[in-house]
Amino acid sequence: MKKVAVIDYGMGNLHSVAKALEHVGDNVKVLVTSDAKAIAQADHVIFPGVGAIRDCMAEIRRLHIDEIVAEVSRTKPLLAICVGMQALMDSSEENGGVPCLGLVHGEVRFFGNVDAGAVGDTTRACSGLRDDDGAPLKVPHMGWNCVRQTDHHPLWRGIEDNTRFYFVHSYYVTLGAGEKASGLTRYGVEFTAALNKGNLFAVQFHPEKSQHGGLQLLRNFLAWDGTH
Amino acid sequence: MALAKRIIPCLDCDKGRVVKGVKFLDIRDAGDPVEISRRYSDAGADEITFLDITASHEGRETTVQTVELIAGQVFIPLTVGGGIRTLEDIRTMLNAGADKVSINTAAVFNPDFVREAAERFGSQCIVVAMDAKKVSQPGEAERWEIFTHGGRKATGIDAVEWARRMVSYGAGEILLTSMDRDGTKSGFDLGLNRAVSDAVSVPIIASGGVGTLQDLVDGVQIGHADAVLAASIFHFGEFTIPQAKRYMADKGITMRL
Repeated sequence: MKKVAVIDYGMGNLHSVAKALEHVGDNVKVLVTSDAKAIAQADHVIFPGVGAIRDCMAEIRRLHIDEIVAEVSRTKPLLAICVGMQALMDSSEENGGVPCLGLVHGEVRFFGNVDAGAVGDTTRACSGLRDDDGAPLKVPHMGWNCVRQTDHHPLWRGIEDNTRFYFVHSYYVTLGAGEKASGLTRYGVEFTAALNKGNLFAVQFHPEKSQHGGLQLLRNFLAWDGTH
Repeated sequence: MALAKRIIPCLDCDKGRVVKGVKFLDIRDAGDPVEISRRYSDAGADEITFLDITASHEGRETTVQTVELIAGQVFIPLTVGGGIRTLEDIRTMLNAGADKVSINTAAVFNPDFVREAAERFGSQCIVVAMDAKKVSQPGEAERWEIFTHGGRKATGIDAVEWARRMVSYGAGEILLTSMDRDGTKSGFDLGLNRAVSDAVSVPIIASGGVGTLQDLVDGVQIGHADAVLAASIFHFGEFTIPQAKRYMADKGITMRL
């Protein structure tokens, strides 16, 4: 019996992640918890997150999830999802600037700040973000977009390059020097859709909502020993 | 290699069954919501929207159970709407497995509810549903108003202004239904769609009136919709989702195939 802990710090819907893990895993016990001991006893850990980063970080610190995640990131396979991924970085420009966990170096930036001054089309209330043909793009980045795999990480096993995954976010990760992206996606700018660092893997998209490709990634995560 | 436009089949549910009416009347039974959701997901639907049209308390309990069943078997985004009035309603639906909730009437009567909901749960899960009807006369500049109670009550609120306000309050997406077109199969109200889509920064789901696959294409290309929602063309087997996706892709729209 493999034990998987989904870290619960009160932000968002953890039911989806738990259900998807139960769906793909044979002989898997999924525990949604904020208890340090239970997380320490798990074989695999998921660090999810939705909502505003300021509230997420406040709860992470209040419940000492920061210490738990730092420990787990050194010791066992850890998958961070969406705002969970963003929380690993040095800081986010959301909510006027929020310091994050600093477990991976880099920043979290807003899509809407891209070249906003250069927009000539005043008939549309757009973000300033443009696609390759110059058409305005909506923020949040919501829906199915392609992820270009930039390495042969075990979590990509059985998933075709440029498979579409489901995204919903207004902020994106830019990695600092020395950090490794596993996947890149284009939405006005090219951003880090997946990254890896030792036994840590993080994705901006929602594998639990990305049908075949997402379920395969979760299956790969459950089979992963944390080495690359 | 760009973000795909989405096809969202919509399940109007009453007491645990999928139904579909014309202009909110003449309800026809279309089947079991869990079974239908799974079929649509397998067929390549990009999301599922589940609108609960049940008014009774017992009916609501059934809805929560149905959402739980769908969420345990269908791994694409699920939006639940209908009767969402309190933060507790939202929490219940998210805990049952919904990824987003759609707020309609409650937003009109208490706009601050949208702000509170977005602050508590995040804009990514707050969809504001707007039912709009054209109120301008032929020859005048087009103007639409928000209606409530299934299109029976006028509010005097301008649809474009309302969309801007809801986005400023934290709506992450707008589900825009034309009350003139809903159930008529005469195509989306493209003027309405384009006016609202161009006025706000968040994605717009066009709804109400799909009769042909070209209507879906027009919704995106002329109406500037980011997603298209349809019910009857899929429920009654006129078209399949792969057919619709292929047709849209052939017309140059980026789709997840």
